[in-house]
Amino acid sequence: MAEFQPVLTARWGDPEAATLHGYERTGGYQALRKALSMDPAAVIEEVKSSGLRGRGGAGFPTGTKWSFIPQDTGKPVYVVVNFDESEPGTFNNRELIERDPHQLVEGAIICAYAVRCRTAFVYCRGEFVWPGTVLERAIAEAYEAGYLGKDILGSGFDLDVILHRGAGAYICGEETALLESLEGFRGQPRLRPPFPAVEGLYRSPTVINNVETLSCVPHIIDRGARWFASIGAGKSTGPGIFSVSGKVNRPGNYEAPMGTTARELIEGHAGGVRDGKRVKAWTPGGSSTPLLTAEHLDVQMGFDEVQAAGSLLGTKAMIVLDERDCVVDAVLRFTQFYAHESCGKCTPCREGTWWMTRVLRRVEQGRGRMEDIDLMQTVGQNMLFKSFCALADGAVSPIDSSIKYFRDEYEEHVRLGRCPLREESPRLEAASARSGGTTGALAQVLPEGIEVELGEVLG
Amino acid sequence: MSEAERFSVPRWQSGQPAELRVLDVDVEGPVLSDEARRVAERIASKYPTRRSAMIPLLYLVQAEVGWVPRRGMREVADVLGLTTAEVEAVATFYTMLKLHPCGRYIVSICTNPSCALLGARRLYERARELLGESAERVSEDGLFTLEEEECLAACDQAPVVAVNFLFYDRVSEEQLESMIEEIRQGRPPAASRGGIPGELKDISRVLAGLGTDRAAEVEDG
Repeated sequence: MAEFQPVLTARWGDPEAATLHGYERTGGYQALRKALSMDPAAVIEEVKSSGLRGRGGAGFPTGTKWSFIPQDTGKPVYVVVNFDESEPGTFNNRELIERDPHQLVEGAIICAYAVRCRTAFVYCRGEFVWPGTVLERAIAEAYEAGYLGKDILGSGFDLDVILHRGAGAYICGEETALLESLEGFRGQPRLRPPFPAVEGLYRSPTVINNVETLSCVPHIIDRGARWFASIGAGKSTGPGIFSVSGKVNRPGNYEAPMGTTARELIEGHAGGVRDGKRVKAWTPGGSSTPLLTAEHLDVQMGFDEVQAAGSLLGTKAMIVLDERDCVVDAVLRFTQFYAHESCGKCTPCREGTWWMTRVLRRVEQGRGRMEDIDLMQTVGQNMLFKSFCALADGAVSPIDSSIKYFRDEYEEHVRLGRCPLREESPRLEAASARSGGTTGALAQVLPEGIEVELGEVLG
Repeated sequence: MSEAERFSVPRWQSGQPAELRVLDVDVEGPVLSDEARRVAERIASKYPTRRSAMIPLLYLVQAEVGWVPRRGMREVADVLGLTTAEVEAVATFYTMLKLHPCGRYIVSICTNPSCALLGARRLYERARELLGESAERVSEDGLFTLEEEECLAACDQAPVVAVNFLFYDRVSEEQLESMIEEIRQGRPPAASRGGIPGELKDISRVLAGLGTDRAAEVEDG
């Protein structure tokens, strides 16, 4: 195969790329012209045959999602761009927007045309004050140039885009929680079915796509589905942006064909582990995906390949821990995140994440018992697949997988009565009383030592 | 029952720890000026349903007051045709809507693993030393609120510190010290992207969707 040429990040070196002028100069909005000359159904067909799968975590085929939108309900159709990127370790949507916002705008317009939508929304993460501003300007420029608004490029197609800013809640990246939030409610997931394609925003048919997914669309229309499908491996087609962070020499976003090996990304693109150390554990797709180890570095980063290795591709976010880092401590910090971000709607998630944090903390601090390891597995089983959304499932992933691969490290904490890596490793547990549920309100009213009693009840 | 217990709401339900939620502290109204009311009306009419303007309008209150007091929730309810309870239910869910008086600059330090692996926790502890314990609510000079932040989606630049949600990349303890000093002297340094952060009120205007002009100033400033 010919050497891979960046697609989604091709304009990143160009400081003008974020402006309309810079974008048009490098071929921008040509795909939109082409799409508007096609039948909407043909656009959907093209995206379908490209094999593009959603980059937001679930990996659902994008064209198929669009084809589910019914056109005969008498209700408006909505397109919602999910720019609520918050999965720990994931940072490619932010950089895509900061460096090339029009690529997303063009993709969203093409999507809206394909599903016959007249009003689209971008749900922008609240903390993204600057990326949101870059995108607001791009949208304003697109209106000015006639790519948005009434009768776009003389095609008779009308589209308005509203940028809506969130207010600090990880759960709003979950598509039904996002819709609740956009409708002005607490961001709590809905029970499915009905799926958003049938009853989404304002109970109308709705397409929800991730920023990176929609950024692929102009290229598919421009260069064809066959070209797109020729990149990648197996059922993971096209290019992908991999976010590599943690203990590597060059953390960053790296674009590569889907299905590139983890070794090439970590040791090649990201320059390997710092200080000449070895990889101990890594997440393939953010903290909600089961940890993998140095044994798994030759896994291809495609949806099916990572799944076959016992994890999930998720958001293609690789957090790398080296041999000095305490896995129990890292898992504790991840779990504090989930305890904090659980919306509280479903009991297994709300209570489970909270108790898991307490058990993990006592093990990490050397106050644990051997039974705690089995206890966490039992609690995990009681959390998995029992909630409206996948947040609890994501919370169990790092715990279960770390016990699977690093059980001896848990046992050593218990046996020694302390963290065996305390001297070498930076502390990862949340620092303040504000983070991670367990040290918040309830900790003040619960008597010291109650965790032991509850542990026995749970066990 | 102590006051703290009376008002305590478990953190995972409130998004904010109980000791920071003091809903019985309120301000005299009205908090939305006539001009702000007109802006609120414009925002509400932008959406297919008025209720969708909930978060933008709560940001608008924060832009006027510097936080979201109960009085502001009542006025948002009034604009949207809802009860105050319906608005409060939403306001208490989101951590960027501040339910207590806080500093003019929110200093958020990400301590998720990608940042913590590169020393973010020490950075947080240093910030707490520099700003004082009370800064986890509001510092004594009223300038700062210190927060431990979840992943800010900038892990390539770890450890990341945000001031009013503009990001500073790869911050060392020394840089943190000088950032805080410069804010104290009224000259916040420029963020790695997005220019000089405005005060929380200014940033809340941007978040309410009114920011394009002000954001330009932010960038050029």
